[in-house]
Amino acid sequence: MANPVEQFKIEPIVPLEIGGVNVSFTNSSLFMVVAVVLATAFLTLSVKGRALVPGRWQSMAELMYEFVANMIRDNVGTEGRKYFPFVFTLFMFVLFGNLLGMIPYTFTYTSHIAVTFGLAIVIFIGVTIIGFARHGTHYLRMFFPHGAPLATAIILVPIELISYCSRPFSLAIRLFANMTVGHIILKVMAGFIIMLGIAGIAPMVFLGGVTVLEFGIALLQAYVFTILTCIYLHDAIHMH
Amino acid sequence: MPQFDTTYFASQLFWLYASFIVLFILLSVFALPKIGGVLEERQKRIAGDLDKAAQLKHEAEAAIAAYEKALAESRAQAHKIMQDNAKAIAEAADARNKAIGDKLAKQIKEGEGRILAAKDEALGHIREISTELVRASVEKLTGQSVDDAQAEAAVTAALGGKA
Repeated sequence: MANPVEQFKIEPIVPLEIGGVNVSFTNSSLFMVVAVVLATAFLTLSVKGRALVPGRWQSMAELMYEFVANMIRDNVGTEGRKYFPFVFTLFMFVLFGNLLGMIPYTFTYTSHIAVTFGLAIVIFIGVTIIGFARHGTHYLRMFFPHGAPLATAIILVPIELISYCSRPFSLAIRLFANMTVGHIILKVMAGFIIMLGIAGIAPMVFLGGVTVLEFGIALLQAYVFTILTCIYLHDAIHMH
Repeated sequence: MPQFDTTYFASQLFWLYASFIVLFILLSVFALPKIGGVLEERQKRIAGDLDKAAQLKHEAEAAIAAYEKALAESRAQAHKIMQDNAKAIAEAADARNKAIGDKLAKQIKEGEGRILAAKDEALGHIREISTELVRASVEKLTGQSVDDAQAEAAVTAALGGKA
């Protein structure tokens, strides 16, 4: 039985080094590029016809656009419009990473903590900058809610500070853990099918169900990642 | 777990940011304005069609109002013409009735005059005839001849002394 975590192994395809730092083009990088190409192709080719009554592909592209646009409008408000391209790119990047990973023999770049944390920390820093740019030092009120007695500051401020600073970690770990665990389960189940021979029909049925569930999780985690970004943006723009 | 192997952390971050920035540029320059344009165009088209429909409805309502006004006017005019005609006919009929009535009244009066004259004349002859009748009757019944004076006296007595 193959090691279930072997699928997460990063293999360099083109070894590369810039300024003494290893930036090799790996299987992870390959699927990021594939995701970029597919997402761009999907979103440009589908609306090429500019049909008044959309076809299947155009409907899907429009659906994605309106889905993210509504998400921003509902969670951030009208000030969120200028962040729409970033949030949409984020959604597409995570969604395509998750979905590409569901194809056998592919690499799931969203199952790596380095990638999810790399995204989360950019969002965290960006949101913090937006908060301070909009509210100045008043943004520090985030850590001490209005109306709370001053004496409670000694407890509330550290709690709020910790909760604020744990955002990138929860964001990164949620996506990474979901993707990793899902793929491990799929791999282990697939191993059982081979091991049990004819009795492997039972884990195969189970695997079918889990695969459907994993597709759901792929969509859901992309959605969760994006909507949390929207909520953080909302906090930065409107405060609590 | 390979996830915690730091060997490729730098590589992953480098390619993550590189591909993310490329995707961001591609989407915000090419894809998103296009999709947004299509959606906006459709929205405009629908709004335009709705406006046009509202305008056409308005026009139809105006046409109906004009038609109804014309209809009401025509009705009023027709009514007036009918009334005028009826009045004219009634006047003409009245005039004719009156003329005929006058004529008839005149004729009746003339006729009455003639009847009266004829009656007077007839009454005037009654005494003569009666006298003659009396004389002839007496002569026939009695065989005696009666003279005119006697007969006339008898007639006068029978008529109640009236001459």
